[in-house]
Amino acid sequence: MEKGVALSPISTGRTLENRSAITVEGLTKYYGNLLAVDHVGFNVNNGELFGFLGPNGAGKTTTVRILTGIIHAEGGTGLVMGYPAGSLPAKQLSGVVPEQANAYVDLSAWDNLILMAELYRVRLSEARFRAEALLQKVGLYEKKDNLVKTFSLGMRKRLIICLALVSEPHVLFLDEPTSGLDVQSTRLIREMLRKLRKEGKTIFLTTHNMDEASELCDRVAIINHGKLVAIDTPERLRIGAGRFHVVEIGFERPVAPEILSQLQNVDKVEGTGNKIRIYTENPCGLVASVVDFTRSHSLTMVNLNIQTPSLEEAFVRLTQEVSHDK
Amino acid sequence: MTNRSVVLDQTRRSLAIAKKDLRVYYVKGPVVIFGVLMPTFLFLAFFIGRQMPLNSLIPGLLGMAVFFTATAVSPVIAPWETQARTLERLASCPVAVWTILLGDMLASVVFGIVISFVPILVGLITGASIHHPFILAAGVVLAAFCFSSLALIFSFPPASSPATIMMLSSLIKFPLVFVSGVFMPVAELPAWAKGIASFSPLTYFTEVARYCMGGISYYPPSLSLPLLLMVTIVFWGIAVSLHKRTLPRRL
Repeated sequence: MEKGVALSPISTGRTLENRSAITVEGLTKYYGNLLAVDHVGFNVNNGELFGFLGPNGAGKTTTVRILTGIIHAEGGTGLVMGYPAGSLPAKQLSGVVPEQANAYVDLSAWDNLILMAELYRVRLSEARFRAEALLQKVGLYEKKDNLVKTFSLGMRKRLIICLALVSEPHVLFLDEPTSGLDVQSTRLIREMLRKLRKEGKTIFLTTHNMDEASELCDRVAIINHGKLVAIDTPERLRIGAGRFHVVEIGFERPVAPEILSQLQNVDKVEGTGNKIRIYTENPCGLVASVVDFTRSHSLTMVNLNIQTPSLEEAFVRLTQEVSHDK
Repeated sequence: MTNRSVVLDQTRRSLAIAKKDLRVYYVKGPVVIFGVLMPTFLFLAFFIGRQMPLNSLIPGLLGMAVFFTATAVSPVIAPWETQARTLERLASCPVAVWTILLGDMLASVVFGIVISFVPILVGLITGASIHHPFILAAGVVLAAFCFSSLALIFSFPPASSPATIMMLSSLIKFPLVFVSGVFMPVAELPAWAKGIASFSPLTYFTEVARYCMGGISYYPPSLSLPLLLMVTIVFWGIAVSLHKRTLPRRL
């Protein structure tokens, strides 16, 4: 954890704009014989909200722990704002929200924040101002003097986000920030992430939650068995990875699925009676065929709905492909 | 930043860690009571029934108090923080391994110095006199640093259970007390025991305390104080080097 030189936030002497916030090349980590991270490489742009997805044990947390300097990689390089990951200057510019809420439970929320500010050498008057604003933002100001041991999981998670933000980091690493939380806490954290994104912070978010990734992230990377299997915008991943679109059609009266399976561009037909689900690789072509069919059979369509593949479908397909390759 | 300003910057951060340690681990009734009672009872168990002058008794009690308090809590901070995952928090902050250790050591030093007032006050109340207060103060401070850096060596195994580290440190601490001239002045020990005592840093502090309180001192402060400083530097270097190796295994 000790590389490079210490640095105060105001004396970096480097221009922080116009470059990648995080650069990773050939990152490799073994746990014994297990290859946990296998030559992973990617870039995260300044001000980007970057999602890092993967099934359990895929290597997400290991990657975050390397980039935040908690553990060392056996190979490859990781740079945070141009500094080697794990070096003191890189840590000075980063804020970390680990998966487990790890504030000091025998200290109050306020004292935890002041401690973190002191560890990042934030001036006391500034630290107090920021601590107050952050606690108010997450609805914990009234409980600022309570010991953290009296806090619920949701309150602890909200507090550790404040702990990561008190130094006003350029890059924020969050490992499963909403995992196990109630709806209110989840919504509050997602809203905070949106605001931080607007403020220009670079956010590296690992999550299991596909809706969360789809809703929040500018780009996502998918990791499986330690290997990066895809990296793109959620929209492109959905379209690119999901071969089949689903076209849901409702007719005024029952139609036999066997008849519809004869149409052009149909891969599979499901459903009975009035409501039919058709799987296709060419939704536009299929819709044209269905319209011709309804006209020629004097039918009336009461509903037509084209469903693009979800990020979850793309994720399942990409992670399964790698599993099968293995 | 120059190396000097990096050291200064990191030292300031270590003060935050020391403050946190004092609040979380030291300023607790049971810890303070243990720090005072443990050496007192152990000491009384050996001295009751024996006719010993105050200038021999109080330095021994002072030596035990500083030794036990400065080594009581700091060995278990690392396993405690490993268990609570707060060590991971510290590791992700812009602090070096030595910064964390310095913070732990400073808290332990403060605790050791504060508790040293108890036997000194007991001595003054019961009629002992301090002939060389400044030398005694220097001895207490050096001894607190020395024993605290020794305590950091106890905590280097990457165990997450405080009990494991407590057991390991007790295995070293108790025998060390018996060979350090605490219960009997070094000058009165047989030659072979003098030889063993010369390897313990506690011997040199007890000798300084004996000298300052007018008792028989085998080693003069001009030898004991530089030796305590030298041992502190060696223990500190060993502790930092060992922790650098084992800290990643705790995370």
